[in-house]
Amino acid sequence: MAKPLKCDLCDESATVHLTQIVNNQIHKIDLCESCAEQKGITDPNGYSLADLLVKPGEESDEPIEMAAGGLVCDECGYTQREFKKTGRLGCEGCYDTFAALLSPALAGMHKGERHKGKVPARAVERKTYEDRLNSLEGDLKLAIKEEYYEDAARMRDEILELKKSIDQEESE
Amino acid sequence: MTEASSKKCPVVLMTRIRLARNLSDTPFPGWAKTPQRKDVLETCLPAVASLSQMKRGITAEVEELSDLEKQILVERHLISHELSSSPEKAGVVISKDQSVSVMINEEDHLRIQVIKSGYRFKQAWNSVTGVDTALEDELDYAFSSQIGFLTACPTNVGTGMRASAMMHLPALVISNQMEKVVRAVNQLGIAVRGLFGEGSDASGSIFQISNQTTLGESEQEIIKRLSSVLRTIIDQEMNAREKILEKDPNKLFDKIGRAYGILQNSHLLTSSECMNLASLVRFGVDLEMFPEKTRNVVDRMFIECQPGHIQHHAGKAIDSDERDAFRSQYLRDQFESINKPVFTIQENRPQEKQPEVERPEEPKE
Repeated sequence: MAKPLKCDLCDESATVHLTQIVNNQIHKIDLCESCAEQKGITDPNGYSLADLLVKPGEESDEPIEMAAGGLVCDECGYTQREFKKTGRLGCEGCYDTFAALLSPALAGMHKGERHKGKVPARAVERKTYEDRLNSLEGDLKLAIKEEYYEDAARMRDEILELKKSIDQEESE
Repeated sequence: MTEASSKKCPVVLMTRIRLARNLSDTPFPGWAKTPQRKDVLETCLPAVASLSQMKRGITAEVEELSDLEKQILVERHLISHELSSSPEKAGVVISKDQSVSVMINEEDHLRIQVIKSGYRFKQAWNSVTGVDTALEDELDYAFSSQIGFLTACPTNVGTGMRASAMMHLPALVISNQMEKVVRAVNQLGIAVRGLFGEGSDASGSIFQISNQTTLGESEQEIIKRLSSVLRTIIDQEMNAREKILEKDPNKLFDKIGRAYGILQNSHLLTSSECMNLASLVRFGVDLEMFPEKTRNVVDRMFIECQPGHIQHHAGKAIDSDERDAFRSQYLRDQFESINKPVFTIQENRPQEKQPEVERPEEPKE
């Protein structure tokens, strides 16, 4: 059996063990129950990973490696500093904004990096429509710029058709 | 809990699954401004309340609930601490049988939860996914094909699912093995918490055991992995029980006998002491020292002896000293008619039944 570990924050024996991989570096944290509770690990509402990766004394202005750069989500205005402080995100767009920080963190805290579970039918349909719309709009701009007017007209019709069907879907 | 179901699996008190969901194009509740939270509440509350599963249920905005009502809902695991202390524009819809509850504007826009008594992940999953699918018809969820359901905390992203079993593990606690168990399961990505999430030395020897990871596995894979850990814990608990009875039955009989004596005669009982006494009596029921019907009394005690419920019984808000007196009075009444334990168990104790793990067919609830 492994020898008992001491808590990283006090001298009690550690019973809570976390292993995370951030930017390809392995972080191991061993805590006793009371420190784990203080840090919110035993809190069923989740805990802040960012908090745990910051040792006492280097909080606030001393950014940890993943916090350099100071990104801001352009959808909701959420900042990297806020993310570091709470370990939570501001909106769905934050997953794109902070993707570079999140993906190594996600790999460390989960069993995999790709969703394998339930897929909500309507959300996926909506996404497909949106993706198609975005790509058509890009193509349309290009077609106009390159003066392929016949193609541009066809694309414009297709966009209108697509928008109409999205509206219909939503009003149902 | 029905007598039949609890007899089949004395270790697992209840099964719970919750799904975290968010609306597309709206900031998560923790970052949303009040008008945005209001919009979310006004969109979600009627959508949830009109589901067939919520027919004749309770719909409430948290601000409308009294402190006592909130406390009772927390004690029944129908809302979280976070929701009960939520600043504004939060809500909850609870089904008539109290098995389904949907919290609005908690950490995520929607927290859909199903509770089933006993060890019933399949039924809990079928129920929770049914509510989720019906809601998705009405609401636009934030979802990415790459990383699944998008949640306020990245620890929930993917399935957004937390599946947990509430387990009664008195023998592992008495024989000081819980720490070892916690250490072992933590390494498997499984979390162990107390009944109300207050750390592992939980009163009443009740532990909530749940998955920690939500991305990279399907819901079924997560439940399967969790179930296999739970089965191992059940085996460990059963082994610990055998050992205690083999090595030092008097030590256990003494604890159970004293618990019975205190419950019949005490005049001041804190909720934490009450939980520990209930746990010992429940252990006694498992060992057939008390009649099976006593199980219902003790299983109710775990919830009804909490401070909110005691005040509800008392019909008014009372302070903690008065609560301790009221609680002991209530328990004296409950235990007056319960016969004293039979301590002859070690001679012809029946073989401990193997708990039935996941029953394929659901009897009528």
